[in-house]
Amino acid sequence: MSEPAQMTERPPLRVRLALRDLDGVTLLVLPAVLFVIALFVYPFVYGFILSFEPKAGGWLANYRKFFSDPFLYDTIAATFWLAIPATLINVLISIPVALRVRGMTHRRILTTILVIPITLGTVLIAEGLLTYLGPQGWFNRTLMMLGLISNPVRLVHNYTGVMLSLVMSGFPFTFLLTLSYLTGIDPSLEQAASTLGAKARQRFFHIILPLLAQGLAINLCLSFVQTFSVFPSAVLLGAPAGSTRVISLAAYQAAYEQYDYSMASAIAMIMGFVQLGVVILILAGRSFVYRGAAGGGKG
Amino acid sequence: MTRDQSVGEKLWRIAIWALVIFFVINVLATIAAVVVNSFGTRWFNAWLPAGFTTRWYASAWQEFQLTDVLVVTFEVVGAVVLLSGVLGVPAAYALARRNFPGKQIVMLLFLMPMMIPPITFGIPLATVLYQSHLGGNMTGVILANLVPTVPFVVLVMMPFVEQIDPRIESAARVFGAGTGRLFLRVLLPLLAPGILAALLLVLVRTIAMFELTFFTAGPGSQTLVVALYYAVYAAGVRAGQSIDAMAVVYMVTTLVWLLIALRFVDPTQIVTRVKREAAAR
Amino acid sequence: MAIAARDFRELRLDGMSRAFGTVNALKDVTLSVRRGEFIALLGPSGCGKSTALNCLAGLLTLSSGSIWLDKDRIDGLKPEERGFGMVFQNYALFPHMTVRKNIAFGLSMQGRPKAEIERKVDEALSIVRLGDQGNKLPGQLSGGQQQRVAIARAIVIEPPLVLMDEPLSNLDAKLRLEMRAEIRRIHELIGSATIYVTHDQEEALSLADRIVVMREGRVRQVGTPEDLYARPAHSDVAEFMGYRNLIRSQVSSGAVTVGGATFQGTAIEQVSGAGVAAIRPDDLHVAADGPLTAKVETAQYHGDCFYCSGKAADGTDLYFLSPTKVQKGDTVRLAADRDRVLIYAS
Repeated sequence: MSEPAQMTERPPLRVRLALRDLDGVTLLVLPAVLFVIALFVYPFVYGFILSFEPKAGGWLANYRKFFSDPFLYDTIAATFWLAIPATLINVLISIPVALRVRGMTHRRILTTILVIPITLGTVLIAEGLLTYLGPQGWFNRTLMMLGLISNPVRLVHNYTGVMLSLVMSGFPFTFLLTLSYLTGIDPSLEQAASTLGAKARQRFFHIILPLLAQGLAINLCLSFVQTFSVFPSAVLLGAPAGSTRVISLAAYQAAYEQYDYSMASAIAMIMGFVQLGVVILILAGRSFVYRGAAGGGKG
Repeated sequence: MTRDQSVGEKLWRIAIWALVIFFVINVLATIAAVVVNSFGTRWFNAWLPAGFTTRWYASAWQEFQLTDVLVVTFEVVGAVVLLSGVLGVPAAYALARRNFPGKQIVMLLFLMPMMIPPITFGIPLATVLYQSHLGGNMTGVILANLVPTVPFVVLVMMPFVEQIDPRIESAARVFGAGTGRLFLRVLLPLLAPGILAALLLVLVRTIAMFELTFFTAGPGSQTLVVALYYAVYAAGVRAGQSIDAMAVVYMVTTLVWLLIALRFVDPTQIVTRVKREAAAR
Repeated sequence: MAIAARDFRELRLDGMSRAFGTVNALKDVTLSVRRGEFIALLGPSGCGKSTALNCLAGLLTLSSGSIWLDKDRIDGLKPEERGFGMVFQNYALFPHMTVRKNIAFGLSMQGRPKAEIERKVDEALSIVRLGDQGNKLPGQLSGGQQQRVAIARAIVIEPPLVLMDEPLSNLDAKLRLEMRAEIRRIHELIGSATIYVTHDQEEALSLADRIVVMREGRVRQVGTPEDLYARPAHSDVAEFMGYRNLIRSQVSSGAVTVGGATFQGTAIEQVSGAGVAAIRPDDLHVAADGPLTAKVETAQYHGDCFYCSGKAADGTDLYFLSPTKVQKGDTVRLAADRDRVLIYAS
């Protein structure tokens, strides 16, 4: 008796592919993938290559020009000077506020109010602050009425205005994110810690903070990337020719005022790499400080 | 765990609440300042304007051609919402249901436009669009705005799809449903709340999306937020009140859709759903 | 012996009550616990047993009543000030700390010197028999091992009282039996008082010195396992303790009518006229001359006997054991001893 022939043949290609989860359904992902490749990856690569094809000079001419012209490389410092304090303020203050708010019953009202600045966007906030923080605006008036100052404080068309707008549009993001990480920590862990004698402060440093560490790192990364890209606020509310000349402005000017797309791409690349560098630094720093597992265990 | 608190704890509690209230007051006051100014006849050196009028709205409508701008805005936003749904929902379904080789790379591919800020990729994108003669008109604006929203829809929809028990689909097939009917009669109704939530969020985000439209729009394809920027930028030329009137129109547009979105979606999700997915990768 | 529970004479719960809005989760719970006692809080879901435990731990405040440890009133103290050990249902092990660090946590909160902490942690690990797992993370341990770490963490601080909130409910049946024996062994070793919350009457019967049966926030009965097994004080306690036959019947002078047959019974509550008879299935045995005739409906094989359900002539549902094989439709005759038929008012 001979064995049936089919037993020794390989299964058809369609079946083999399906075993690896490659079938008609998988193809549904293709349009979106092609779209992202065409309109994100390709422009990025194109911009990268373009940055090495300057209008004049050798292939590194754009980058050389950027790092030798203070008008250009100072933008990195100016942007850092805005982004780092804004990020630190937004993320660090979100922690105690989120700790307080998480027990609240009417949390939703607060979160809804806080979503409004995010939804309105930076342009509207900039316009609003121009009026509100102006020398005749309500903010200065209130301070003078309370006797805290005798002359209006200059809060617009300078560094302060941009910083305040970064906090107003950034804090809701960081707060909501911290809150969601906090509520993800099992409350029985803090209960256990308190039965073992840990007071509120000790519970925070020994239990909450280590478990929050990964979320905080991500929060810092996202917040920094967002604030480092500040653009309309820096122009409308800041001093774009002076203290708030940010790197995105330099890129914009290269593209739309000097029509030097190669240089603009170079600046955009530099911007991207600086952001990437800081993100890597933050993530590396976190794993250096916190050697434990990232929240493992049934607990 | 609520117990009697020491003096120190009480002070800390009050300080935090004071901070929160201060923040909220300032946000509301900023918005109020814009609204009040838009209705004021003249406002100089006083707490409130000298008188109130609505003429600035009429003048702003004409000056900034708000009818045209609003039409453009809704055309752009409508196209973006539709297309990101059409591209994103099937992709989310495929990613949620299939674990194919290269899936991690695809996930990363969808994550990047969300993590990298619009300016960084916006300038190279605008360059490419202009070179292909798509820049400066509506097509370019729509394409540019789709770049962050397609991945957004994918990332938001994936958990919704994962929540649907795949055995429901198997059951439908066992009872004779082909793929078309499976989609229409089983999946779409179950996914409808998720799709609605995702598309509303896309809508709200696109209305407020500044940078991408700014880099790719031409004179006839500016959305409301970009037109507002230009108006504020050239503020010396125009009356502040009419700029603020335009700003109020923008605010109402955004907030109306936000309120509608909030009936279906928790405010936290606007921010965190995407970022949690990012964190998990 | 390095680890031994702190001494005290009496823990007194006095009229302990706790309400959540309009819902009274705990009503007037009064109890006295001595050092070294193992008390089980037993009852169905929602009876208030976990609420009582959380109030004892200080995780919930009392709406009224008080808690005393000897002469000191402690219900005003925060959990971190009470010094009680607690084992949580989901273990609540700190996922970012090793087993050693988890166990050492309470001691380091007390500010003990490092050498002492290491010594005590070693000892706790050997008591719960996890000596070589000290440097693992909780996520790397099995359910039973995590359970042991949770126990070690609670006892190492040498508390006068250990609170346990259904610690075995997440384990499989075999592990549960093993851990039951372990818990009792450890309790006797360190000599603490233990208050143990469970909904499983078997667990309570095998572990406790005294059982507190609760229902709807109130204490229904406090007694030794033998008391509760043989003489539940009320019919709802009887039902919870496994008296599956709860039959409304006519009572007169110590006899009840069940399914048309008359049984002599023991009156727990005085009643004449309408009452309830309670009989355990294992006490309703098959006897050739038994007064009660029943028709078998289901019979489940249990190795050495059959668990059966049936109907009496008047339609009463009955649950009983049969030593020999019976099938659906068979007729059997049942009898029960006088002191195993309990009579209640309602």
